[in-house]
Amino acid sequence: MIVRILEQGQFRLGEDQHGRLNELDNAVAAAVAASDEGAFRSSLKALLDFVRDKGERVADAELVTSDHVLPHDEITLAEAREAFAGEGAIPG
Amino acid sequence: MAGLMSRFTTLFKVKANKVLDKAEDPGETLDYSYQKQLEMLQKVKRGVADVVTAKKRLQLQTAKLEESVVKLDGQAKQALAAGSEDLARTALERKALIQGQLQGLDTQISQLETQQQNLLDQERRLSAKVETFRTQKEVVKAQYSAAEATVRIGEATTGLGEEMSDVGMALQRAQDKTEQMQARASAVNELVDTGALDDLTAPAGSDLDRQIAQLTAGNQVDAELAKMKAELAGGAPPAQIGAGEEGSAPAAAPADQEAKQ
Repeated sequence: MIVRILEQGQFRLGEDQHGRLNELDNAVAAAVAASDEGAFRSSLKALLDFVRDKGERVADAELVTSDHVLPHDEITLAEAREAFAGEGAIPG
Repeated sequence: MAGLMSRFTTLFKVKANKVLDKAEDPGETLDYSYQKQLEMLQKVKRGVADVVTAKKRLQLQTAKLEESVVKLDGQAKQALAAGSEDLARTALERKALIQGQLQGLDTQISQLETQQQNLLDQERRLSAKVETFRTQKEVVKAQYSAAEATVRIGEATTGLGEEMSDVGMALQRAQDKTEQMQARASAVNELVDTGALDDLTAPAGSDLDRQIAQLTAGNQVDAELAKMKAELAGGAPPAQIGAGEEGSAPAAAPADQEAKQ
């Protein structure tokens, strides 16, 4: 599974990491829903750190499409919320 | 529940597809894509150059403001030595204001530093990927019909489209940020130029400069007079002239600084 972190490149993770990735991702989503800035920052960091730690960098010259895309570390809560609002047709 | 990840994947794919809008003729598709990639690479290089320019501007401004701080400090001491506490206070207040601006600039410069490094990393990745694409393109063009070649290099094309879209967004972000910083920097410049912040640092002729110059001059006259009086009265040999002048001044300085805070 290939995960891209915007502005930081792509990482290759084993399929067995998918469950944990989803958990971490849901924590971020919950923080956005609650508009909890502190929780948002820490959960986003945990998610991105997980990808950076467990993932292996895709070589510069390799051309692959990502299965998942994650925002960079500096995204604001407002920007994240906008991403949700942008296509809010699918309520949880 | 859809997480942040799926949201970004969707949003991002939409953007990536826009970048990937292709020419009609499949035979030209690959060359066209490659052309777009080279253009993007050029854009990234320009983006890096812009960030570097913005950073240099902020650094110059920092240097200018740092000079102001030193000068204002000197002026405050002079004013105090001359017994003008009000003037010293004004100088110190302006100094504090400029120090506040300096802190903001430091943060901005380090942000630009990070951004520059990020863009350089992205440029490196994109450049390597474009080269891979070029090689694959030549291989499939030599071995397959144009339509087939496009299919065979599909993954490479979407992979690159994704990379270009990412770089494109990063460039936009860098541009927005530099514009913000430049707007702020020129606002500070304007303050400095119109004197709201530091007409004190103008080379000559500012009010504070003049007042301090007058006070210092007055002081010198007093000192000379005192010295002359002493010579006349005691007939003692004239020795170290400046000593008395300096001795009386510093005591008052810390008190004024405390009072200010």
